[in-house]
Amino acid sequence: MKNKIIEILNGIRPEFDFSENTGFISQGMLDSFDLITLVTELDEAFGISIDGTDILPEHFESVEAIESLLVKNGAK
Amino acid sequence: MKLNFKNKKITGMLSILPSNEVMFEDEMHNYSFSEAKSLKLKAAMGFKSKRVVADDKTTGFDLAVAGLDYLFDNNLINKESIDAILFVSQSPEYIMPPTSNVIHGRYELDERVLCLDINQGCAGFVIGLQQAFMLLNNAGINKVLLINADVLSPKVSKFDRNSNPLIGDAAAITIIENSNDDSPIVGEIRMDGKGAMALNVPAGGARMPISEETSLYYVDAFGNKRTKNHLVMQGDNVFNFVQTKVPEQIKNIVDSSEDNIENIDYFLFHQPNRFMLQKLADKIGVARDKLPSNVVENFGNSSGVTIPVVTIFNLGQRLESETFKVCFSGFGVGLTWGTIIMNLGNLDFCKLIYK
Repeated sequence: MKNKIIEILNGIRPEFDFSENTGFISQGMLDSFDLITLVTELDEAFGISIDGTDILPEHFESVEAIESLLVKNGAK
Repeated sequence: MKLNFKNKKITGMLSILPSNEVMFEDEMHNYSFSEAKSLKLKAAMGFKSKRVVADDKTTGFDLAVAGLDYLFDNNLINKESIDAILFVSQSPEYIMPPTSNVIHGRYELDERVLCLDINQGCAGFVIGLQQAFMLLNNAGINKVLLINADVLSPKVSKFDRNSNPLIGDAAAITIIENSNDDSPIVGEIRMDGKGAMALNVPAGGARMPISEETSLYYVDAFGNKRTKNHLVMQGDNVFNFVQTKVPEQIKNIVDSSEDNIENIDYFLFHQPNRFMLQKLADKIGVARDKLPSNVVENFGNSSGVTIPVVTIFNLGQRLESETFKVCFSGFGVGLTWGTIIMNLGNLDFCKLIYK
């Protein structure tokens, strides 16, 4: 799951190394428009629909946080 | 505020859209995005084309008048039958007088016809319906014209990627009348003024008149370039508010009326963008095709006018011969969120025209 998340993140913002960093939102690596694209691509890749009330910055700060969010929303 | 009405019905709906069409690709170079990012965003949000007035002389009043002329010229309504006009807008013709009174004068309506302007945005159709239903409870009021009209495109900076790709202009006229049908009309309207500035236009009112200073461009923390005369939208806050409050409201209305969400044929919601609406459909637990989200991509978000537009665009002719149970929901500026569940159908007219 981690590899797929990183692959999607790299596709959205190829200028950053998401495998080595955290603080994706607080460090400005992702903005709110990136989140919309990210959620859309994660939904599609994992066959889920991330709950709208879960689309909060703290759930997208690291690969681990995104993985937890996906598991919470039913990804396997 | 809980809403419970009966013996009221919508008998006609007309939307008026500007004939001028602007494509997303024509403006995306304004937004300081890479082309790849813009195109990904286009797919997720549903940006394609929008209908906006071609010049800064055309107002919401002009679109409304084009619709009224169409209704009168085609004998779809006669002046003598009108008892009240509600004009719901955030782009009125003047600070004073009320735009509804200007309409009253233009068509030389009888002095008994009540005129009322309401300053409301994204929930403006639901607020207007509620006001119309309350007016119809008064003896002597049998037909209300609800006019939703907004031309907000001149209030949006062309360099604001939060707002400019999605804002459109439109007007709609909805006829509401008393009826023998006692099917329940249920709903609720809620407000949270603590979030009033989540969507705002800082300058142009009494607090901050338009001046040279308010007309200077600045760049916000997200790279959007605008002046204080332009619309500001805190998109993240609005998104979270909508995802939390709207599903909760719909569930409460359905539960308290001992109904079932499966009995609702269509969810005709305000149209902020496709992403938000698809997330709402998933959260509420309804199929995405029962909650159409195709207005932003075809016409743009015209604030309080989007509910009539989504209704007419998706169900237009069918509503002239069939009846559906629908859930109208509007949410945004205020913050305001309102929902009405009612039967809609067998309309005298349900059309979309261009001016």
